[in-house]
Amino acid sequence: MARILAALLSGLVFGAGLALSGMSNPAKVLGFLDLGAIPAGGWDPSLAFVMGGALAVALPGFAWLRRQQQSGARPVVADGFHWPAAQGLDIRLILGSAIFGMGWGLAGICPGPALTLLVLAPQTGVIFVAAMIVGMAGYVLTTKR
Amino acid sequence: MDWNAFSPVTALAGGALIGLSAVILLALLGRIAGVSGILGGVLQKPDADWPWRLAFLVGLPLGAMLMAQALGGVALTLPAGIGIVIAAGVLVGFGTRLGGGCTSGHGICGLARLSPRSLAAVLVFMASAMVTVFITHHVIGR
Repeated sequence: MARILAALLSGLVFGAGLALSGMSNPAKVLGFLDLGAIPAGGWDPSLAFVMGGALAVALPGFAWLRRQQQSGARPVVADGFHWPAAQGLDIRLILGSAIFGMGWGLAGICPGPALTLLVLAPQTGVIFVAAMIVGMAGYVLTTKR
Repeated sequence: MDWNAFSPVTALAGGALIGLSAVILLALLGRIAGVSGILGGVLQKPDADWPWRLAFLVGLPLGAMLMAQALGGVALTLPAGIGIVIAAGVLVGFGTRLGGGCTSGHGICGLARLSPRSLAAVLVFMASAMVTVFITHHVIGR
């Protein structure tokens, strides 16, 4: 139960941040990605500030947690820290990120904002999330482990 | 610059909340707040991690709804055309799983832990998205 409440809290704060930041708005995301609009004065750099604000908190936060772990601390309601193990570059990382970027650029929606659209704009949100799940299922079906 | 759209204060504050959320999940559960990874996780056979992942995925839209209510609504301009939405969704779903993360897992958590792998992913998906927008807005669009 504690684990569920912890994850719920994290999700709540995440979603609140997305809605406040403007990341939920596909047009605002596209306004950042549209470098071609710079000459005409139509570029919106806000998204870089979202990233900056997130890293300003997460960078020192993660570094602090890493130090806590090194001195023997554990997460509050779990047995250990699950830092991603993968290292080095590979074709899957590059190709997958390139494909993700194409989809992100097409609609201005990435996975977090997509979930917020489920309630902020259900019609678009449900269709996008359903399609995203199909894409994820496609990955599972086409890649052998 | 589009000075009417530019919103540095809410962008920074919202970003800080997103960063805080990632710190909360790591501090309490020892987990990385990557939305595509967590969503991919609940689509697999239920295991011990299934309940917390689902709770995160339920909390996220709920938090957005509460914030939108507190703000008296948020501006939304949605993509025109169901075909675009479907195609984009499939590409985002497939690509984030193949690439092992999205804007949150690689973009925020990955950069926050200074992962070279995540930095590469961010550079690639940013460049890919920018090229895609350039093509749709300035080559074939408008």
